[in-house]
Amino acid sequence: MKKVVHKHPLAIRWFHWLNFPILAMMIWSGLLIYWAYGVYDISVANTVLVKFFPKSFYTALNVPYRLAEGMNWHFAFMWLFAINGLLYTLFLAFSGQWKHLLPNKQSFKEAWQVLLHDLHIRKYHPPQIKYNGAQRIAYTMVLVMGIGSLITGIAIYRPVQFGFLRWLCGGYAAARTEHFILTVGFVLFFLVHVLQVTKAGWNNFQSIITGFEVFKVSKKSVNNDKA
Amino acid sequence: MTKPEAELETSYVKNGSITKRTIIAFVVFVALGAGAWIAYQSILSQPKIAGNTQTPLRKVLQFNEAISVAGFDSNKLAKEYPISAAVKKVRVNGMDGLRSPLDTAAWQLNVVKGTGDTLHLTMDDIRKLPKKDLAFDFKCIEGWNQVTHWAGVPLKTFMEHYGLTSLKQLKYMGLSTPDNKYYVGIDMPSVLHPQTILCYEMNGKPLPLNQGYPLRLIIPVKYGIKHLKRIGTMYFSNEKPPDFWAERGYDYFAGH
Repeated sequence: MKKVVHKHPLAIRWFHWLNFPILAMMIWSGLLIYWAYGVYDISVANTVLVKFFPKSFYTALNVPYRLAEGMNWHFAFMWLFAINGLLYTLFLAFSGQWKHLLPNKQSFKEAWQVLLHDLHIRKYHPPQIKYNGAQRIAYTMVLVMGIGSLITGIAIYRPVQFGFLRWLCGGYAAARTEHFILTVGFVLFFLVHVLQVTKAGWNNFQSIITGFEVFKVSKKSVNNDKA
Repeated sequence: MTKPEAELETSYVKNGSITKRTIIAFVVFVALGAGAWIAYQSILSQPKIAGNTQTPLRKVLQFNEAISVAGFDSNKLAKEYPISAAVKKVRVNGMDGLRSPLDTAAWQLNVVKGTGDTLHLTMDDIRKLPKKDLAFDFKCIEGWNQVTHWAGVPLKTFMEHYGLTSLKQLKYMGLSTPDNKYYVGIDMPSVLHPQTILCYEMNGKPLPLNQGYPLRLIIPVKYGIKHLKRIGTMYFSNEKPPDFWAERGYDYFAGH
């Protein structure tokens, strides 16, 4: 006898796994585009701390002189990114799944507890049903970031026809910077996400493919559950 | 106590059935992943049209272009800046079409109105038309932008003055340098946009040679690649005129 907890509806699994290659292509083609005017860095008092990106980085990934190719993929996959994101948002809203996703009153306290737990400072981990507070905040944030990428992206793509969005972003150059920062945010999210999923183990990971998590149960606990 | 969140649906099943469902889910997952990879590889192996762009991608660009032209609102203007905001050191980015020597005395603008019907205009013909000053945020397809100050005659005014009104019905305008080594094609709505000018001044002085002396296009609703320098010939067509950068894999529309 096994206890099966249905964690991820089929639609969410589709959105998740479609988004993975789509977002990967957006980031990769975005890098090909960014290279043509790759001027951003993080500097403190005239000292460059991080340069986006060093020449060796571009060379290693074979980025140089592929601007046209990058733009072509970017402006094809933008549709897929936008449509998949829109359907995901609508599904969250109408299926009630947003109740599992959006942060609530406890989320911020919980997120702090999760952070202390994950940094091995405290043993205590708050109980969770689907997502803990840290996950709720992170997964909601990437959704907001996706909307932000779309808005800043359109502001760069059609700054005259969508002049309002360009204005909203604080101008054309600002929109480009924001678009870049959001992309760095996605990459950082991806790294933490993969690390956390690895730590959480197989049962959790396979649930985004199968939809369910499986737990061993004794006859006794089944009866208790049913009671 | 705060209200607990909705519970997840839970069921109890026999051991064997769950293994079967897991295997099916993974088989479907791997099959779809492989399918996506094959689709990606098949796009990469498609024949390329116009430079380094595979047919399916070019089709999407054409789709984007069709939407952009159909939805184009010529009342929407590129933001204009006070002249004082314009940079003094204007970036020069590309000398294609400008490398051949220019005989400034012999230069004229050839406007092809129809077969065997070509207007030959001098700078004086163009300068006598109403002049428009324009400081706007010039945008290069590479990603940089610069507020620059230009002046010339709005292209729409020019066309109406020289009897080209009927040519507005055509879908495109083509421009090329006197040596035909640089050429662009531009959709008619963008040609007729009120900020599109035949430009002969930069920062209040005649254009420098490397900025397209004596006459260039300034078209704020397009990326810099369409702002052809040193115009030699202008013509109109329902077919897409050849375009230097589109032939090198870039989007033909390249507009804002």
